Amino acid sequence: MAERGNKMVATLKNLETSNDLITACNISKEFINTNGEKTIALSNLNVEIHAGEFVCLIGPSGCGKSTFLRLIAGLTSPTTGEIKLDSQVIQEPGYERGFVFQDPTLFPWLTVYDNIAYGLKIRHVFKEKKKDVDEFINLVGLSGFEKSYPHQLSGGMAQRVSLARALVNHPKVLLLDEPLGALDAFTRMNMQDEILRIWKQRGTTMVMVTHDVDEAIYMSDRVFVMTHRPAKIEEIINVNIGRGKSLGRQRDSVDFLNLRSQILKILDYAGKGGQTPEYFL
Amino acid sequence: MLKLEVNKIEPQFNFRATIPTIAITVALLVDILIPNNANAKYRNLTNLRSVLIVGLVLTVILFFVTLFNKSYREKYSHKSWFVGAMITFFNVLNIVTVKFMLLPQIYFPSLNRVLNVFIQDRKLLLTCMGSSFSLFLEGLVVGVIAGIITGIMVGWSKNWNYWVNPLIRMLGPIPSSTWIPLALVIFPTPRWAAIFLIAFGVWFQLTILTSSGIQSVSKSYFEVSSTLGATDSQNLFRIAIPDSLPSIFLGFFNATCSSFVALIAAEMIGSKSGIGWYINWQKEMVAYPNVYAGLLIIAAFCYIFITIQFKIRDKLLGWQKGVIKW
Repeated sequence: MAERGNKMVATLKNLETSNDLITACNISKEFINTNGEKTIALSNLNVEIHAGEFVCLIGPSGCGKSTFLRLIAGLTSPTTGEIKLDSQVIQEPGYERGFVFQDPTLFPWLTVYDNIAYGLKIRHVFKEKKKDVDEFINLVGLSGFEKSYPHQLSGGMAQRVSLARALVNHPKVLLLDEPLGALDAFTRMNMQDEILRIWKQRGTTMVMVTHDVDEAIYMSDRVFVMTHRPAKIEEIINVNIGRGKSLGRQRDSVDFLNLRSQILKILDYAGKGGQTPEYFL
Repeated sequence: MLKLEVNKIEPQFNFRATIPTIAITVALLVDILIPNNANAKYRNLTNLRSVLIVGLVLTVILFFVTLFNKSYREKYSHKSWFVGAMITFFNVLNIVTVKFMLLPQIYFPSLNRVLNVFIQDRKLLLTCMGSSFSLFLEGLVVGVIAGIITGIMVGWSKNWNYWVNPLIRMLGPIPSSTWIPLALVIFPTPRWAAIFLIAFGVWFQLTILTSSGIQSVSKSYFEVSSTLGATDSQNLFRIAIPDSLPSIFLGFFNATCSSFVALIAAEMIGSKSGIGWYINWQKEMVAYPNVYAGLLIIAAFCYIFITIQFKIRDKLLGWQKGVIKW
């Protein structure tokens, strides 16, 4: 069963441990809109993510989970506090933190091959690492589509290209912002297994934002449950269920279902008979 | 009359492939069977008949090609109605001018006389074409380079946008020809002034469309590119510029069209050669056959130039979904 009560105070103690890849200290992020109104996207966040771990951030929309991911990527900077990757403060985007967006955002003027090779080319290492491109095309099962243009691909294929494009840089951490959100249920389940396979094979640390409780339990080592107003991590849950052959958890096991209802309870959805949680009102 | 289904493409023979041949045969028969009006000037010229005979041979050859080449058959058949209509237009023109003289022949000379200009004035016309073309090309190249650079700067840099954008809006819409007096004073030779006039129109079009293309590049492309390790200048050259290529090409197309206009205006100043100059000169001499010959050359040149341009565009922008075919 999963442990409960693994609250932030407890995690703070572990901040200095050596296998932490990402440490976030007292992070807060405020947005000021055009009318001068302030929105607090994140307040006093303390998180550490271990190397090689698979972490899911889950929570209702607008709870700041994507903002947190963008902070790690360096696409925005925190209002207070700092995030470190391997004890180095993150200030701007870098290839060692790969990012996969919900929309594949492939460059439409480049072929599948050139999209994947893009990262290597801009870092001027394409010649030495040409083999990597083929390797990742194989890894995501897109052999034979090298010369296709993005508009010729299905949604699932495009997302695979986007995944390969981020992975070819050998990032220390891969940040996934609802990467499977736009896919149909079956493609989605296949892609979940595929991401897990890549995770196992490459040992890349994965931080994934999702709004799907099942997906979070199926895939991750730890689930960060976030709530809205004030935006914070409500609870960190260790998923102590053994991984199956496909590396995912058995979706119909008792442990799975118990953990699921536990998370739903934290998110205030459980037992409300479809009633809208307070933060949507 | 003809009751064949024209839309059905048959495996070997397509009726539509015969339309140009039929139209040209009719035109040839009209020219041979109806005598030229007794009052027509130069009524013994047979230039049109020679052209029609060459055309007839050509369409017959092309028709035989369509019998064996499927892709060419489809292409040729598709265009056949248009080609037939064009031939018929000239056929009607032939009838109303030299055959029945329904139009005043000083303004509407016979096609024979227009074609005759190409033979008599061929040396002068060739020199004019050469000088027009080099003027046009120089103006276009200068304008395109300046326009793309300004467009990129204005689209990419906030400072440039602040200082240059209002100037572009003020200066750009002023028609090229109104710059003539100023251009003649500023530039040492009339030729330089003429190049400036052409380049100016091109520069404006390209600046506007390049900068708007760069400004409308989706922010998410830059974000993806940055997380893959790109620097600012790589974002510009590898993301912003490729993504705004469709817009830049549209600007280039608009620019070519406006530079044809500017070319004629530019040749009014101080030059002694060029198609624009030739047309103006012949107009003053009331030599309408020569004016029409000049117009035909300009039309053919525009057509060829724009066709080449779209061929290049389709090649470069093949990645676009549902790219508009011209």
